[in-house]
Amino acid sequence: MKADAAILVEGLTKRYGEVLAVDRLAFAVPHGSVTALLGGNGAGKTTTISMLLGLLLPSEGRITVLGEDMVRHRYRVLPRMNFSSPYVDLPHRLTVRENLSVYGHLYGLPRVSARVRELARDLQLEEFVDREAGKLSAGQKTRVALAKALLNMPDVLLLDEPTASLDPDTADWVRGYLEDFRRATGATILLASHNMSEVERLCDQVLMMRAGRIVDRGAPAALIDRYGRKSLEEVFLDIARKRGVGALEEAAQ
Amino acid sequence: MTASAWTAPPVLSLRRIAAMVVRYALLLKNSWTRIFELAYWPSIQMVLWGFISQFFRENSSWVAQAAGVLIAGVLLWDVMFRGQLGVSVSFMEEMWSRNLGHLFTSPLRPLELAAALMAMSLVRTLIGIVPAALLAIPLYHYSLFDLGLPLVAFFFNLLVMGWALGLMLSGLILRFGQSAESLAWLAVFLLAPVSAIYYPVTVLPPWLQYLAFLLPSTHVFEGMRAVLFQHVVRLDHLAWAAGLNILYMAAGVFVFLLAVRVARQRGLLLQMGE
Repeated sequence: MKADAAILVEGLTKRYGEVLAVDRLAFAVPHGSVTALLGGNGAGKTTTISMLLGLLLPSEGRITVLGEDMVRHRYRVLPRMNFSSPYVDLPHRLTVRENLSVYGHLYGLPRVSARVRELARDLQLEEFVDREAGKLSAGQKTRVALAKALLNMPDVLLLDEPTASLDPDTADWVRGYLEDFRRATGATILLASHNMSEVERLCDQVLMMRAGRIVDRGAPAALIDRYGRKSLEEVFLDIARKRGVGALEEAAQ
Repeated sequence: MTASAWTAPPVLSLRRIAAMVVRYALLLKNSWTRIFELAYWPSIQMVLWGFISQFFRENSSWVAQAAGVLIAGVLLWDVMFRGQLGVSVSFMEEMWSRNLGHLFTSPLRPLELAAALMAMSLVRTLIGIVPAALLAIPLYHYSLFDLGLPLVAFFFNLLVMGWALGLMLSGLILRFGQSAESLAWLAVFLLAPVSAIYYPVTVLPPWLQYLAFLLPSTHVFEGMRAVLFQHVVRLDHLAWAAGLNILYMAAGVFVFLLAVRVARQRGLLLQMGE
């Protein structure tokens, strides 16, 4: 499992003074798989993703991405990673094309204009590719953020709420696009989401977080079976409200 | 509620006005930089114009000996101000657009970002200064370019000092967030009275002269006056300015890199701009 992991996390802890945001996380994300980090607000998902990206330094523990230590050698691996988050924007006064071009150069792409055209076509950005990023609707911004995340054809893609603010039709289309992208490139995807049907559809593995800890994990179907529920949403509620299998195991520990 | 019992709300409500006053007062109370800024400008203006008045009271014919000495001072001072602002504002634009998270997860290294900020500062400074310098020619029959080759040395020394300050301020803004943004506009003016822009450094009290000569800008303006009044290039002042600038730049880069590290420890890179 560990040898096959694109992302390997061991004893990952983040403290802000007295506050323990993430507590001794340990998990592996196999190459080419899609893994979801689930949990309520404040469970530690965004903190974990920030540490995986090197935006945040861990207090303890080790993160290995594509065989490289993310704390010591993140610049070796950052060209092969990317991410999108609704909490991070692109410069508002630049057009979508200008923004994507800047990032194309930052990632050292060989043919930036061609790649931007390709993404604009694939992600249906052509209608507003020459509009300023600050003048886009929330849904358009999410698609542009996804385009930026896919610019360098990343081997590891981290997505924080990838379909936030999208209408159901567009969200469904984005999920389909991510599935195709993963199939075509073999990329490893780790996503944080509050949309359980999205997770059921996209993910091979789910890590359930609460109060900075992983309290349960498994394939979506296996978790649903184990909790005797009909959907992942019901499993999520069980875990968030400390009911069911996870709670019993936690109490036993 | 019946129609007769309903009374129209007052057009002007003291309570609503008071609520907004409290809102602005709370904003002020929670930001030391805003309170500091209120007292800052009047004090700086008083100190600067106090030294200017003191000097001209005893040397009223000074300006007549070298036409354009004040204009040259204003324009060269603006090189430093624009140089610093060019770095700080470009950095703040990344914060305002909440783009730092994308930048710091790309292969871009903090030193590369600093270099880009400085390059952009040069462009902004030239856009700001060159038209003003050209405008002075028809308006006042004074050309800054008459300073000749030393102008290049003055320009780059002030620009580099501006860059160093800009990097330090960007680091502070990254560390302390929006409340520290006003520092970008006011910090450099703290150095204006001590830099002896409009009067010789000898006007300052002796103890302040020691402090003044620790600033590259003071050596530049002393050098500028030597060119204008004595028509000599003071290489000693240029050497001091360049040497001090090496130290200032090292400090600027250090503070900026330290601030990035602290931001990574405290999770500030994702919070900025919100």
